[in-house]
Amino acid sequence: MVDVTPADAIPPAEVAEVELYHPHSWWTKYVFSQDAKVIAIQYSATATAIGMVALVLSWLMRLQLGFPGTFDFITPEAYYQFITMHGMIMVIYLLTALFLGGFGNYLIPLMVGARDMVFPYVNMLSYWIYLLAVLVLVASFFAPGGPTGAGWTLYPPQAIMTGTPGGQDWGIILMLVSLILFIIGFTMGGLNYVVTVLQGRTRGMTLMRMPLTVWGIFTATVMALLAFPALFVACVMMLFDRALGTSFFMPAIVEMGEQLQHGGGSPILFQHLFWFFGHPEVYIVALPAFGIVSDLISTHARKNIFGYRMMVWAIIGIGALSFVVWAHHMYVSGMHPYFGFFFATTTLIIAVPTAIKVYNWVLTLWRGDIHLTIPMLFALAFIVTFVNGGLTGLFLGNVVVDVPLSDTMFVVAHFHMVMGVAPIIVIFGAIYHWYPKVTGRMLDERLGQFHFWVTFLGAYLIFFPMHYIGLMGVPRRYHELTDVTVMTETAHHLNSFISVMALIVGFAQVVFLFNLIWSIRHGREAGGNPWRATTLEWQTPQTPPAHGNFGKELPIVYRWAYDYSVPGAKEDFIPQNMPGTFGTSKEPA
Amino acid sequence: MTETTLTHIGQTEPRPVGWQGIAADWSSDQRAFKNVSWGKAMMWIFLLSDTFIFGCFLLSYMTARMSTRVPWPNPSEVFALHIGGSNIPLILIAIMTFVLISSSGTMAMAVNFGYRRDRRKTAILMLLTAVLGATFVGMQAFEWTKLITEGVRPWGNPWGAAQFGSSFFMITGFHGTHVTIGVIFLIIVARKVWRGDYDIGRPGFFTSRKGRYENVEIMGLYWHFVDLVWVFIFAFFYLW
Repeated sequence: MVDVTPADAIPPAEVAEVELYHPHSWWTKYVFSQDAKVIAIQYSATATAIGMVALVLSWLMRLQLGFPGTFDFITPEAYYQFITMHGMIMVIYLLTALFLGGFGNYLIPLMVGARDMVFPYVNMLSYWIYLLAVLVLVASFFAPGGPTGAGWTLYPPQAIMTGTPGGQDWGIILMLVSLILFIIGFTMGGLNYVVTVLQGRTRGMTLMRMPLTVWGIFTATVMALLAFPALFVACVMMLFDRALGTSFFMPAIVEMGEQLQHGGGSPILFQHLFWFFGHPEVYIVALPAFGIVSDLISTHARKNIFGYRMMVWAIIGIGALSFVVWAHHMYVSGMHPYFGFFFATTTLIIAVPTAIKVYNWVLTLWRGDIHLTIPMLFALAFIVTFVNGGLTGLFLGNVVVDVPLSDTMFVVAHFHMVMGVAPIIVIFGAIYHWYPKVTGRMLDERLGQFHFWVTFLGAYLIFFPMHYIGLMGVPRRYHELTDVTVMTETAHHLNSFISVMALIVGFAQVVFLFNLIWSIRHGREAGGNPWRATTLEWQTPQTPPAHGNFGKELPIVYRWAYDYSVPGAKEDFIPQNMPGTFGTSKEPA
Repeated sequence: MTETTLTHIGQTEPRPVGWQGIAADWSSDQRAFKNVSWGKAMMWIFLLSDTFIFGCFLLSYMTARMSTRVPWPNPSEVFALHIGGSNIPLILIAIMTFVLISSSGTMAMAVNFGYRRDRRKTAILMLLTAVLGATFVGMQAFEWTKLITEGVRPWGNPWGAAQFGSSFFMITGFHGTHVTIGVIFLIIVARKVWRGDYDIGRPGFFTSRKGRYENVEIMGLYWHFVDLVWVFIFAFFYLW
């Protein structure tokens, strides 16, 4: 008998060999790879591909709204299917997968100085289950009856009834199965991201020295691990309602003069479960964007982030608060006024940490050495867009203002600004920023300028008028708006204008995709650290980083991630792994 | 084990105290939880996430039970067994609960013997745990069969609210699935212990990671969690 404590089972993080899986063949290197960087690219490519489907769906929707009666194939049923799939794909399969599966996989191990995620095999499974979820989702387009048209919130009872496209066909079943698969796959990846950040950092990398990108992705992942269970449960229960004839969410209903078999269920229960997931989901998408944008601004303004610790606490605070605001999506579902009061209050309180972040970004820019590179342009655009979307959020957080605005285009404009355009803009900025590390080449600058200006201005031209017609009372989710009394002539013109702008902005994304592919071979050589940035991913011996990320020895971290323009230092940036003391750093003690 | 990690390399300030000290400890170098391995941390976080799943299931069940307008079937009659001429309420479930809680005991002993490198006893105790778990699932199957023959279906039952059957089959089914997965992994880990994989650090088939005796403990974490969840299901379904 040997006296052994559990502690000796732990591999010390500083050992050079952390039991990496070394690929033996082309298949295990590029397809069934356990390298987080390859998995990240697989995630990103899949998310982008399915995102393009959602983009095309949005064009079709805008064509129908802007030019009603012109396109015969866009029937009311088809329109609802487009709405549903556009929303679901964008929120879950594109934004969540790209931020956490894509950027999370690529950046977390590199930025915290790890060789890989802690359990690469589980990480690989995560991607393949995600791909399966996407395939099931795509399959619903070809199933009898087409995909579900229940709206992205899938509210019962209508989601599983005859009148809704896919309600009594395959659509809703495939949607629910796909979501369940997504959650299983995500959990496998999410556990990896969290444990890597908590337990897999290199020497010297305290949590309070981590780049804010990692903080954002980490907090969002923790939130996702706690919020997705509610969606999982809701999906399982609705699947039973639809497939087994249970009545979790189904009250007694008369449909087409016939009493359905269901009875006694609570549709509101679904809404609670859905939004207990759905509201944190907004921040699951927003927090990685907050983190990334902080790093972009700091790097491209050559200045340390203002109030680093406040930024971290704001991320954590927003993450915690977002779990107690969910019912502000349900004001019109009917609730006790005191609950409305409670949820309105918590909703408005979230504005405090969010405002701290915005002020800190602006103060980081103040007297900075601002380089208007493409990533910086996108970062600046994000601040503007996010403030805009956030302010209309304050409108909608109030019960009395929300009730009349509910189900109008104002809501559509609000959430597209705050969780559609703003995070996507950060994703673009982040791609321009890290593409040189992933491929070794820069993205084309002129195409980037074109992409930025068309996307940024175009997004405003789409969504600003939409606020206005929403205030006029134009409802959302209507297939055709021709005979609605609130649709004045000007509203019609604006509506057509929005549609034209949507097509133009969509076209700019095609240019961006071209840039992504073209620059892999033809882009300017980037070198290891084109932005002269401090964080560890730019200090790798190879670009793109090899399997295992760093050379023989893991880097040792001596400073925080924001030593830019330190007075007294020779260069205007000091990498995190550079030993010694230079000048007067602003690193908090 | 002494702490080998270096906190705040390149800084010489004294360590902060109070709330700042707490924050500094949590965010300290390399690991937030000093003596916790990657696998164990991952299992704990997974269990936290799984807690939310079971929590949502149980809350949904409570909502359904409280908001229904038709009477809820009486658990002490529904779950009674007819033995020796009289109905004994909750007898089967009492035995099931006893079996499952006992399996937690054998699991804890297995973990202890695992760290003593006692391969034989560890493997036997793990298999015993698996047998107890399988017995639990078997009795659950018996209970399901009994209820189904009495006419309970997910969409209805002879005694009252349809949500009784839906919630019962869904939640006990989900828990039973957890137990079944646990039994399978218990057998796999027991086999590895028996073969001595953890003594020589033989790499896993899929993961190519070296096996360690700690895997027994991680397996145990999962098993105790499944037991703990059962206590709540027992309380909310059978005692309410």
